[in-house]
Amino acid sequence: MSSRPRELLGLLIVLAILTLAFGVGTGRFLTVTTFRTIANQIPEAVIAAVGLTYVLVIAGIDLSVGSILALSSAVLGVTLARYGLPLPIAVLAALITGALCGGLNGLLVVRWQVPSFIATLGMLEMARGATYLVTRSETQYVGERVEGLASASVLGLSIPFLAALVLVALAEFVLTRTVFGRYMVAVGTNEEALRLAGVDPRPLKLVVFVLSGLLAALAGVVYTSRLASADPNAGVGFELSSIAAVVVGGTSLMGGRGSVVGSLLGVLIIAVLGSGLAQAGAQEPTKRLVTGAVIIAAVLADHYRRARHQASA
Amino acid sequence: MSAPLFAASGLCKSYAEPVLADVSIEVHAGEVLALVGENGAGKSTLSRIIAGLTRPEAGAMSLRGAPYAPGSRAEGQRAGVAMVTQELGLIPTLTVGESLFLDHLPRRTGLRWGIIDRARLGADARTALGAVGLTSLEPSRLVGSLSLAERQLVEIAAALARAADLLILDEPTSALSPSEASLLFAQVNRLRAEGHGVVFISHRLAEVEGIADRIAVLRDGRVVTTREARLLRRDEVVRLMVGRAIADRLRRQGSPSPDRALRTVGLAGRGFQDVTLDVRCGEIVGLAGLMGAGRTELLRTLFGASPPTAGTIYVGGSGVPSLIRSPRDAVRLGIGLLTEDRKADGLLLPLSVAANITLAHLDGVASSGIVDREGEEAVAARFVNALSIRSHSLDQPVCELSGGNQQKALLARWLYRDSNVLLVDEPTRGIDVGSRAEVHRLLGDLADHGKGIVMASSDLEELMALCDRILVMSVGHVAGEFNRETWTADRIMAAALSGHSAAAATA
Repeated sequence: MSSRPRELLGLLIVLAILTLAFGVGTGRFLTVTTFRTIANQIPEAVIAAVGLTYVLVIAGIDLSVGSILALSSAVLGVTLARYGLPLPIAVLAALITGALCGGLNGLLVVRWQVPSFIATLGMLEMARGATYLVTRSETQYVGERVEGLASASVLGLSIPFLAALVLVALAEFVLTRTVFGRYMVAVGTNEEALRLAGVDPRPLKLVVFVLSGLLAALAGVVYTSRLASADPNAGVGFELSSIAAVVVGGTSLMGGRGSVVGSLLGVLIIAVLGSGLAQAGAQEPTKRLVTGAVIIAAVLADHYRRARHQASA
Repeated sequence: MSAPLFAASGLCKSYAEPVLADVSIEVHAGEVLALVGENGAGKSTLSRIIAGLTRPEAGAMSLRGAPYAPGSRAEGQRAGVAMVTQELGLIPTLTVGESLFLDHLPRRTGLRWGIIDRARLGADARTALGAVGLTSLEPSRLVGSLSLAERQLVEIAAALARAADLLILDEPTSALSPSEASLLFAQVNRLRAEGHGVVFISHRLAEVEGIADRIAVLRDGRVVTTREARLLRRDEVVRLMVGRAIADRLRRQGSPSPDRALRTVGLAGRGFQDVTLDVRCGEIVGLAGLMGAGRTELLRTLFGASPPTAGTIYVGGSGVPSLIRSPRDAVRLGIGLLTEDRKADGLLLPLSVAANITLAHLDGVASSGIVDREGEEAVAARFVNALSIRSHSLDQPVCELSGGNQQKALLARWLYRDSNVLLVDEPTRGIDVGSRAEVHRLLGDLADHGKGIVMASSDLEELMALCDRILVMSVGHVAGEFNRETWTADRIMAAALSGHSAAAATA
């Protein structure tokens, strides 16, 4: 646990180096507009990364966040555009949808011991299919009714971005300072040891999957408000880029070790990388090549840390 | 007698403590040498050294008069030594034929990963299977579909197919029924007649008497004696296995109170039947027995980690049966379990000493669900001092502690939880001598402070030093109960073996 500040410092340094390098390299990267753009683009990635960090800490995985984002966005769009329900009720319906999807994931994992990779892979397909059914495969234009959520700003920063930062702080506190957080780390480290210490790990795991679904849905609401529409193809591949950000942020795919703040930095690093490469004139293929290499480097770093840890054990 | 097929002299090996000290044995062609001894006497280490899986620290071996120092199991096999291990080493998804020749499959071309010559494989496999009496077994059967006995015989066939002159059988009958075992013995007899040397390791003394030409008794890593089997009586073997030193040791003077800590009536579960147990506060009740006697399963069932199939458990003085369906229930009733495998089932290895101590009672250092770090450190510091757990700091990952200090941290976990009943499984396995004495002292102190303790151990010396009573389990049954006045190492060992000889007698 004592290594956490050092790891976060390392991520900050990587982020600073990337920012400076793009600033020097492109000449126009270091502007307020760039950062405002990045800040307003990443809230949904940050929100989903919070839930995924928890899932990874308990040694699980959630591949369904992209599809859940799309489904809850679709529910929001359809309840507003087609049925004309009030905004709070529509948002609530979207969030409940996400929580139910996450609950089903959790139930499969806890009750029937389906590996979370398989359970959430199934949910990835099912939620996507449900999205097409709900939207009849058409983009739902919601218009200005939801834009208010995204356009309001404090010092030029959107409310969703600020809310995401608050969420990160809260989630980090829960992970590091509460009984719930300690149990999550214990489940991911040695579930049997926790069980034999008299703590039932099953409700805990269920809650973590529900949270992941709920936060994916919240990301869906933010996404819908930003684009003022619900696109049935939204969030394809979002789960993988989110997992990548969490892993870049130092959370272990093997469970038991993670940091929500690290995940925030992971999202920022990938966002700065993408935006900087774009400004440097790189095309999509180059961006993907570089991003992929960064992800692999992060996992190798994690592997190296683990190996060193075990050598000292 | 002629020159031996295999000879070892002065073999030494130590891990945390010495396991083999100056061991010398000989095996002649056409001879079955039995190795007997208690758990941990060094039988497995010795056989692993002979087979090439482990290197000795000192000593020399020779095979057919030539120096023999295998660096790996494969080297040992090339020299003509093959071992069949306790853990069945076959891959269930491969066929019998493939398993027999896994490291030298016949190929149609010279390519290392080339096409398998199925016809030759089948023919070779039939020959190899015939050599162990499995004439009707199809080489194309999947290993996973075989019975345990068939698998064991396939492993032996694989060992023989490598033209092994010396065959090591480590507990070959532990998974076999009496009739299957007799099939195995027939093959061992045939091998002896053909001039192979066989090293036979078994707990079942009746088997050993039936098959061995000579018996070597190991105790605490030394060969106590090697004698002609027909010159050794069974009670003599038991006495040699256990040794005399035990009787001279100091014993704890316990004074159990009349209050009950834990009681079971007719408890049964996976691997044990009809266990009736009565533990008083302030009492340490020992569970003796061989590996697989059902002790660990009994403790896990008492703790709710495995479901019982029959019987009732009463916790404390209550006359009402206690419902224990999960470890959570057991912990709430004041029961704690120190598992046999600390690392796999107990510790959160990368986490701090403090986090490991408070795990079972985190609520005690938290308010409104938020962990009070200073409170947690204070609690941890209290137990680190009380149990003299040696660590650099409370933040130190528990994986960096020695085995003895890890065990003390786990003990602290249950003390902080204020458990009244402690179930302790092999508390000093893999712990150095110094920490071992400390763990013993702690367990004694806990009993003196009114805890009821049930302790399973393969170490008779430990049991006789600490316990007020000892229950001996054999093949899942309570085969005897002794107190300080009635127990002797010989009696306990005889009871532990009794189920095995009964099983062998019905063969």
